[in-house]
Amino acid sequence: MFRGLRAIVYKEFIHMRRDPLTVFVALFVPVIQLTIFGYAVDMDVRNIPTVICDQDRSAASRELPGRFENTGYFRILHEVENPDGLYTSLRSGEAKIGILIPPGFGEDRFSGTPAQVQVLLDGSDITVAQQALNTANAIGLRASLTESAARFGVADPMRRMPLDILPRLLFNPTMRSANFMVPGLIGILLWIVTVFLTSVAIVREREKGTIEQLFVTPLSRQAFIIGKLLPFALLGAIEACVIISAARFIFGIPINGSVLLLALLTVPYLLTGLMVGLVISTRAANQAQAMQFSALTMLPSVILSGFMFPRASMPLIIYVMTFFVPLTYFLEIVRGIIIRGAIWADLWDEAAILIVFFLVFLNLAVRRFRKQLG
Amino acid sequence: MPEAPAIVVDHITRRFGTFTAVNDVSFTVNRGEIFGFLGPNGAGKSTLIRVLCGLLAPSEGRATLDGLDVVSRIEEIRRHIGYMAQEFTLYDDLTARENMTFYSMVYGLSGAHLRSRIDAVVGLVGGEEYLDRRAGALSGGWKRRLALACAILHEPTIIFLDEPTAGIDPVARRELWDLFFRLADEDVTLFVTTHYTDEAERCTNVGYIYQSNLIAHGTPEKLKMMPQVRPEGTARFEIDAADITRVHAVLREWEHTRDTTIFGAVVHSLLDAEVNADDIRSFLNTKGIEVRHIRPIEPTLEDVFVSLTRFHKERGLSSPHNERNQRKETD
Repeated sequence: MFRGLRAIVYKEFIHMRRDPLTVFVALFVPVIQLTIFGYAVDMDVRNIPTVICDQDRSAASRELPGRFENTGYFRILHEVENPDGLYTSLRSGEAKIGILIPPGFGEDRFSGTPAQVQVLLDGSDITVAQQALNTANAIGLRASLTESAARFGVADPMRRMPLDILPRLLFNPTMRSANFMVPGLIGILLWIVTVFLTSVAIVREREKGTIEQLFVTPLSRQAFIIGKLLPFALLGAIEACVIISAARFIFGIPINGSVLLLALLTVPYLLTGLMVGLVISTRAANQAQAMQFSALTMLPSVILSGFMFPRASMPLIIYVMTFFVPLTYFLEIVRGIIIRGAIWADLWDEAAILIVFFLVFLNLAVRRFRKQLG
Repeated sequence: MPEAPAIVVDHITRRFGTFTAVNDVSFTVNRGEIFGFLGPNGAGKSTLIRVLCGLLAPSEGRATLDGLDVVSRIEEIRRHIGYMAQEFTLYDDLTARENMTFYSMVYGLSGAHLRSRIDAVVGLVGGEEYLDRRAGALSGGWKRRLALACAILHEPTIIFLDEPTAGIDPVARRELWDLFFRLADEDVTLFVTTHYTDEAERCTNVGYIYQSNLIAHGTPEKLKMMPQVRPEGTARFEIDAADITRVHAVLREWEHTRDTTIFGAVVHSLLDAEVNADDIRSFLNTKGIEVRHIRPIEPTLEDVFVSLTRFHKERGLSSPHNERNQRKETD
């Protein structure tokens, strides 16, 4: 059943040795990509550029911008003369937030009449707007609560709330978004590398005509497919080590779980990616087409796996589709182990599903592969 | 089954869509023969080889190699056949030795046996000095030898060679044919396609395929005796003159000429048997042509193929073709 396997592995390793550029690209380009994307997808919102229009010019109005800045989320750029100035700053992109303090603000504060402050948010960037909105509301709420309580003679009401929510953030206490995004990126980048590596492996031999010579030999189909897979699996494993090390040491992502378990559970994911590449390679008419097919597998991985958007909030039909994306399961594994310190008992079912994916694609590749021309 | 002929082709037809590439071809090749398979480009030579090697399924008919059916027993057959494709199908980035090692391993050789087979094959085809050179960097002639080497590592009983000498220099061509004879001496059967009639002359048997149909099959001597080649009451002459294109043009208009062809620097003409050399000379003289020499000749294989091609072109080979197709449809 595996007649000729040794021969294919022998030959593929020679191809690799003669083509160090491909190996280099496969190993190091993902690290570069990880570094670039890893910093780019940082969703932490800090120092939002903010402009102020103070039409009141009282002691109270001068004190207010400080409250915003002290949260760390806002950075006051400068003041503008009139409300139109706020709008202009936001439209030009100079500032994301505009704070308008109307005339009479200080008087209202002093007399206890509800004082109003308008906060303009740039809705074109919803992540920023969302964060700014929450913070601005919190500032208002906190000030109102403290002052109302003081009227009833209660000091320091924030410590004596009738209903006090005590949140405790597990696993990522600083809410650093890199800790969340970089493990996902590992999954994306490993997918790209594995699929692209093998997607041209068979179609290249078809294009060069070398496959015709193999077809007249007693080489078995399984041996051909597995023989193509194994050397790339080794390359993929090295790649996984490199990229996980990069995440650990370039981004300082702590790996809370077992590194060994992570290594072990990465294998079925790598094999699935390589096998998808091989299935593509048995179907594609030429190398260019193989590349296109490979690129097509990218989009579901990015959109449907939960890498970008939480799967739970997807419409039912889309949610069902996410179960057919291998990265969905690997994300559970990689985020689970790195962030939550998940153990084998938490993740064996994801690993099992990835193995099923691998076997299905293996079967597909072998079935598709006929030792005949045309 | 040592009694079975090496190759039996039994009414093989191969179609691609509506196009029939090989039409109802039958012949037998015996063990140790060199079978020359000739025909114009696109006539169906490569298609038939591919059917016999299991690379293409036949649309109709059956074929056996060493008594084994090429469809149902192909995996067994593959252990005993060698195939050298028209194009270079080895790995350019592997050295000659690595290519041979790879194919030895594919055929299940290993260890000392593998090394001794490579040594034996290199001893046969030569080129020790090129063993560690990348296959892509070899000259055309050496690429062919390497391809042959890889095709015989597993000691096949039948070897298919698809235009093995196309595009290589005459010396390399001659040396390759010497190798074929050495293999045939060891009872290996060779199935060779070629465009060169001098190569065909050296074959045990020759088949000629024209527009998907096998129109001649037999020893070179037998083909030269075919009635289409030397019709009743004709004689063949070789005529040499300064301006052979004019000789050719003038003879074509003569009432005694059946056929005339330019062969290199001379003209071969098939004429009515009643005219002799002097008649031709005086006829050409009346046209102002000085003949250098003129002699009666036996047909060469090239004459055979030119005559057969013309004969079938005039008869319109498409007619038996269509009749057969129509018959199949009504069946």
